[in-house]
Amino acid sequence: MKMDLIQPFLNSADTVVAEIMGCNVQITDVSMDKASQRQEGIAAMVAFIGEIEGHAILDMDLNAARHAAVHMLGEAPCPGDNSTHEAICEVTNMIIGNAVTQLNDRGFRFKVYPPEIYSSAVGLRSSLNTEALVLRFETPHGNMVLNIAMQYGAKRISEVPVLSAT
Amino acid sequence: MTEFAPLTPIEQPKVRFLVVDDSIFARKSLCKMVDAFGGEVAGEAGDGCIAITEYARLRPDIVLMDITMPKMEGIEAVSHIVKDFPDARIVMVSSVGYQDNILSALQRGARHFVQKPVKPDALYEIIRYVLNDTPVPAPAGVGGSKS
Repeated sequence: MKMDLIQPFLNSADTVVAEIMGCNVQITDVSMDKASQRQEGIAAMVAFIGEIEGHAILDMDLNAARHAAVHMLGEAPCPGDNSTHEAICEVTNMIIGNAVTQLNDRGFRFKVYPPEIYSSAVGLRSSLNTEALVLRFETPHGNMVLNIAMQYGAKRISEVPVLSAT
Repeated sequence: MTEFAPLTPIEQPKVRFLVVDDSIFARKSLCKMVDAFGGEVAGEAGDGCIAITEYARLRPDIVLMDITMPKMEGIEAVSHIVKDFPDARIVMVSSVGYQDNILSALQRGARHFVQKPVKPDALYEIIRYVLNDTPVPAPAGVGGSKS
């Protein structure tokens, strides 16, 4: 996977998570997993389609998710409501939206779909045409994993025939 | 959250907002900011179609409009609202902030653009600008804002 595709997701996750959680974020691992397993607490998925196509899953442990919800709302979520799940969807939306903005400004055109809760126990995997990337983050309030699987869309494939890992 | 001077003097009616976002969480967060600004949330909508009907019903002073939504996206909703209500004051609030999107929204009649995550101070200044033409920087990547 080319670094110019990965970097916007790294930048965006770093900036957005720091902003919405009000703390420093450390990227502890970046890997190209063949078969990534989900491992944290609550996850949301965003799909994108266009010159780059794929999905991204943000998977947060419960402490991190709760902290994000409290920090964004300015109050603790009511017991029994879905605020923590909704917070994950919104954080995922912001990370992917900001990354898409950076990629768009570099000439990649694509559309993002609204986020949804992801409940499968399995993450996004690499395939013949798709490469999966796993970014692990640590914060003082908990850990999270951003799992991205993407490929060049049909239009871009004709211009860039080979995806190269860097 | 920072304390903000009310958008209107206490003796005047509060500025009324329509908050449009498919995320209930995002709407809650924006409604809290509106409250902190001394505004009033007149209504909420979860997609562009509802936003159009709610605008016609409520005639709010300001609309905070997301872009990526099911059924009808925010930019299309702006076109419909501004066609019927040319004086509508609509501020786009979205995580997707590339230049094409911003220009498209401004060309259809949106007054400004705020990228998520929303900083309350920035949103407050933009709302004041949209209400009163108080100076505020143009959206990133755009030469100037429509007023």
